Amino acid sequence: MSEKVLMKGNEAIAEAAIQAGCHHYFGYPITPQTEVAAYMAKRMPKIGGTFLQAESEVSAINMVIGVASTGKRVMTSSSSPGVSLKAEGISYLAGCDLPAVVVNVQRGGPGLGGIQPSQSDYFQSTKGGGHGDYRNIVLAPSSVQEMASLTVKAFDLADKYSMVSMILADGTMGQMMEPVSLDVGEVTKYEKPWALTGTKCEREHNIVNSLYLKPEELEIKNFERYEKYKAIEENEVMYEEYLMDDAEVCVVAFGITSRVAKNAINEARANGVKVGMIRPITVWPFPKKVLEAAADKCKAFICVEMSMGQMIEDVELAIRCKKPVYLCNRVGGMIPTPEEVLAKINEVNENGGAF
Amino acid sequence: MSVVFEKPKALTDAVLHYCPGCTHGIIHRLVAEVIDELGIEGDTIGVAPVGCAVMAYNYFTCDFVQAAHGRAPAVATGVKRSDPSKIVFTYQGDGDLAAIGTAETVHAAARRENITVIFVNNAIYGMTGGQMAPTTLPGQVTQTSPYGRDVETVGYPVKVCELLSNVDGAAYLERVAVNNVKNVKNAKKAIKKAFQNQLEGKGFSLIEVVSTCPTNWGMTPEKALEWVDEKMIPYYPLGVYKDIYAEEEAK
Repeated sequence: MSEKVLMKGNEAIAEAAIQAGCHHYFGYPITPQTEVAAYMAKRMPKIGGTFLQAESEVSAINMVIGVASTGKRVMTSSSSPGVSLKAEGISYLAGCDLPAVVVNVQRGGPGLGGIQPSQSDYFQSTKGGGHGDYRNIVLAPSSVQEMASLTVKAFDLADKYSMVSMILADGTMGQMMEPVSLDVGEVTKYEKPWALTGTKCEREHNIVNSLYLKPEELEIKNFERYEKYKAIEENEVMYEEYLMDDAEVCVVAFGITSRVAKNAINEARANGVKVGMIRPITVWPFPKKVLEAAADKCKAFICVEMSMGQMIEDVELAIRCKKPVYLCNRVGGMIPTPEEVLAKINEVNENGGAF
Repeated sequence: MSVVFEKPKALTDAVLHYCPGCTHGIIHRLVAEVIDELGIEGDTIGVAPVGCAVMAYNYFTCDFVQAAHGRAPAVATGVKRSDPSKIVFTYQGDGDLAAIGTAETVHAAARRENITVIFVNNAIYGMTGGQMAPTTLPGQVTQTSPYGRDVETVGYPVKVCELLSNVDGAAYLERVAVNNVKNVKNAKKAIKKAFQNQLEGKGFSLIEVVSTCPTNWGMTPEKALEWVDEKMIPYYPLGVYKDIYAEEEAK
């Protein structure tokens, strides 16, 4: 077993990125993710990599585009308001089919919002954020260990499918410290024949571009991209099932709220309530199949979210509204307590649901 | 029979989409001639803007990335930082570089980013059909300044070379024009120096090329060339605005 070190979630992301072969990072300070930039500022010069504090989030994501177009692994990180600014660049990355990793350590919104943890950028990250038809692979860690291991995974998926992978964390995940193993294992190298490496006057020039003035061509590009997305939905879904074998009530939660929910579920189980949890690890692709299967066994679903109810729409779609879905939420930087979640579980178990 | 004139190797065979009389063609050719003369085609990566030159990637034989509006200097920064052995240039218009991309321009200069910027100033947004640009002259009529640019309400044109000459990081800034043979020759000299600077690791070089837009200026190509002398150059004087190495040598 590899050695474990005690690290903040933000630092774990940064070190894991380096271990995954990312030697270029562009950032801009914003709470609660600034430790990523601070860590990179210390580490990158020592490994001959690039840390650059950009003049804006807009510039940072465009520097990411520059590195990505040359075929190298590259990352940027921010928190909610900053990710809004990156949305233009994320759309261009999608339109150019470039791989990159974007980290969002979410805080409360909208607007400047607050600096406390939130999950209210779920729509932004899973449904778009920028303009046009596109998807990001979105990974939602629920521990510092997953902040590291999912960052490594994000780089692999980004390269494998030539697209943006996002880490959708929150202020809690970024700030809390836990033991973490940074043994990333073998890093797969992907061929990138499209990369801008200079023609050496030996090949046709490579062009990285998202402009297609002929609608017939642009339509084909969009169709092709959605074929790729379809393959991802088939092959890359990740989730955790917790006590689901005999569950009658199914909690759905990701990230930090899944940790809170687990406590509440354990408490409810001690009182004889048959409750379990499905925790999406990929929030896009969303674990539709396992949820749909659960809808045949469970009488009700509870979404525990730190938003006004964003993932709940995906749950309702996944189960085709076969069973009632209830929302248990806190927002604005507030985190639901295990007691609040337990009360909701009990309420739904007694009064809600239908077999 | 000897060949006395041919297309630079750094240009593809694609037919340029530019309007008749537009001087983008001349500027493309000058950049390509410089790439040929320096023998850097195989190691050059271009960054295309949004605007009339958006499809520059089709016209140059080197690798190319197309950037979002105004973001070319940031994209070029990423490319250059990824592989400093590559020669990286942006080719941007006035709306791209001096309006929506002002921050990217100023900060790439401030970092003395070792890239070459070709800035084409024709005082108008061409691609979208002739709207007011940051460099549109006072009184100039455009689609969005139909009564002439009124500096009282929309402010004054941005003089990019003058502005950047106050940025410590900028290494070499020169404004040139391509409206007559003499100016074209000077322009090429400046563009070549801007690429040579990068090869020598000298840092951020920007060449502002005063250009024409006969279509949206509503002039014949010939009249547009005259208008450069009559109106543009008096407001945007040609010359070297900064050359930190020449200044050092002079000391």
